Amino acid sequence: MNAIELDHVTKIYRRYSGRQFATLKSALLQRSILRDLTASETFPALTDVSFTVPKGSTYGVIGRNGSGKSTALKLVAGITKATSGSVKVEGRISALIELGAGFHPEISGRENVFINGIMLGLTKSQIQERFDDIVDFAELREFIDAPVKTYSSGMYMRLGFAVAIHVDPDVLLVDEVLAVGDEGFTHKCLDKFAEFRRRNKTILLVTHSLGLVERFCDEAVWIDEGRVMGHGDPKRMVDAYLTAVEKGEEQLLATTTAKAVEAARKGDGDRPHPVDGVAPGHARGAGSSDDGSEADGQGAPTETAADGETQLQNMFEATEGRWGSREIEITDVTLIDHAGEPSFVFHSGESMSVRVTVNAHAAISDFVFGIGLFNAEGVCCYGTNTYLEEMTPVKIEGTVQATFAIERLDLVEGTYKLDVAVHKRDGFPYDYHRLLYTFRVKSRTHDAGIYRPPHRWSFEGRVEFTDEVDKLT
Amino acid sequence: MLSNLAKLIRYRGLIQSLVARELKARYRGSVLGFLWSFINPLLLLSIYTFVFTVVLPNRNPIAQPYAVFMFCGILPWNWFSSSLMEASGSLVAGGNLIKKVLFPAEILPIVNVLANMVHYFLGLLILVAFLVGYRHWPDPAGLAWFPVVVLVQLIFTTGLALFLSALTVHYRDIRDLLSNLLMFWFFATPIIYPWQDDNVRQYKWLFDLNPFTHIAVSYQEILFFPGPVGHAKWLLALGAASIVIFLGGYWFFDRLRDSFAEAV
Repeated sequence: MNAIELDHVTKIYRRYSGRQFATLKSALLQRSILRDLTASETFPALTDVSFTVPKGSTYGVIGRNGSGKSTALKLVAGITKATSGSVKVEGRISALIELGAGFHPEISGRENVFINGIMLGLTKSQIQERFDDIVDFAELREFIDAPVKTYSSGMYMRLGFAVAIHVDPDVLLVDEVLAVGDEGFTHKCLDKFAEFRRRNKTILLVTHSLGLVERFCDEAVWIDEGRVMGHGDPKRMVDAYLTAVEKGEEQLLATTTAKAVEAARKGDGDRPHPVDGVAPGHARGAGSSDDGSEADGQGAPTETAADGETQLQNMFEATEGRWGSREIEITDVTLIDHAGEPSFVFHSGESMSVRVTVNAHAAISDFVFGIGLFNAEGVCCYGTNTYLEEMTPVKIEGTVQATFAIERLDLVEGTYKLDVAVHKRDGFPYDYHRLLYTFRVKSRTHDAGIYRPPHRWSFEGRVEFTDEVDKLT
Repeated sequence: MLSNLAKLIRYRGLIQSLVARELKARYRGSVLGFLWSFINPLLLLSIYTFVFTVVLPNRNPIAQPYAVFMFCGILPWNWFSSSLMEASGSLVAGGNLIKKVLFPAEILPIVNVLANMVHYFLGLLILVAFLVGYRHWPDPAGLAWFPVVVLVQLIFTTGLALFLSALTVHYRDIRDLLSNLLMFWFFATPIIYPWQDDNVRQYKWLFDLNPFTHIAVSYQEILFFPGPVGHAKWLLALGAASIVIFLGGYWFFDRLRDSFAEAV
């Protein structure tokens, strides 16, 4: 038997003439009353959505922001009506959509519990019976007679949650409300959900917490842009969703990078090349930190010190940019994933290659290729160059492709930026691309730090683990 | 429509507790608390009495004692005007409920009308005190009409409140228009001047068009003038019209209902 059935549901939101608040005055003046009250624009929030939730199951709804998850929940709750299609729900519903939505700030928590309970469909005597449970659950015994306006937001939410959960519904709708309390309260909520499951109640859970969906749900549906992308096993859905998110991220990173490169190109054209200056990168440049002192001694004509200084400052601010004399010019930087495809999203432990295409406008004998890897906080995770690795330059001419291949990208999850540079041995830059290239590292393990050394655990003695993911107790 | 009315009956417990909350919340945190319900009309009464017996004395012998006469009309007018003012903003103010909780929106304006009705009844206690004080006794037979006029006013006000609350969601300036309109309406209704005045009678047909004339005059005939209640015919006609207004207002409200959650 199904507790919830959505059958080809479409919900079209209407926009009323694209105005915020119309005034009757302007409506009368422009004789647009009828037009204003009829919708002019429409916006499909859900298109042909069908899914069924069997009685007694816990069902997850996942998707990006604005994908229509909450609209689906509101339709199930009956707060809004479907434009077409049918929504069927068996049994009493309680919706944890906005906690404490009906609270009146001026009156006491006690009175609010009663009124909120009545709003949610309980009778006075039913609330009386459950009152103590509600107050204990919310951990508000001392404050229950104080006006709700004196509550902290956490207390407010807790009381709202406590009332809603004690309505004892057959179908519980939860919209991203688990983040209302401290750790202890969250556990209590999860325990309560688990109790619901045991008692064969139906739960519809809308959340961005994918771990919760995997651990907790029997089934899940993935909605994107108002359409069902798939439903079934929660693990499979979460994986499918994550893959799609990665694709989206990849596009975003691609445009960010393209913009950064473009902006750097333009900005560079405006200001004089520090041709005679010291490579700003020489102090902490692309892996050239060792020969930094050397470079200091050799270069740095004083007349351009100021210019160098501002750029040095730039560098410490870790702003992106590009500079150099361009005798050797970096024309393209591409990140390649393990499958040999250009990409911006990588998985921890997979391989990554940085392919740098340069164009040497004349034959040059003094050149170094350098690479620097920075995390989002600006910490240099790794930096190296050809000179440090004892590759003495002889000659470069014409278009050259240099590939820096990392066999295993053992970084923790996060966003990283790349420095790519071609410079002289003393640090004088030909073309320095600072933090222009962004990529993301993804990981199933949420470990901490910067670097994940290849590792394994071993134990001696009586220790037991299971592969199963920690289900809720 | 019928199912909507049935729903209202089902939600009477909720309406009841919301009205109680409204009344409690209004005076929570004030020193005098519920006494304000008495003090407000008392102050009003003393100002009007001073103005119309000392500054601009109303010498029509039929409307003496003037304070009591005027009070008969002002109390229901306050019920009417505050109900409409509050109801017109009720959906916007209660937007959270409409958007986030499964909640029949019409309850909000209805609660406003009912809470103000309770205030009206409290104000009546002062009126009774004045009647006793002046030893001015209304016709006991006419008092039977009192529940009727209250019911007519309730239906009439609720109908308008539903209409205005729904419209205010889309036109936020209704409240400003309304406060001006109500001021005009107040002076166009025989509340501070007696309906029987010759100057007023000249424009009788115009006053007849104003529905609140019939409510105010009915109250005056029931509570102030020594019977019989000659206005009963008009009152019943207005009662019939009120039902139409109520159904029309409710229909209009229902038509716009789906837009509330989006437009609030």
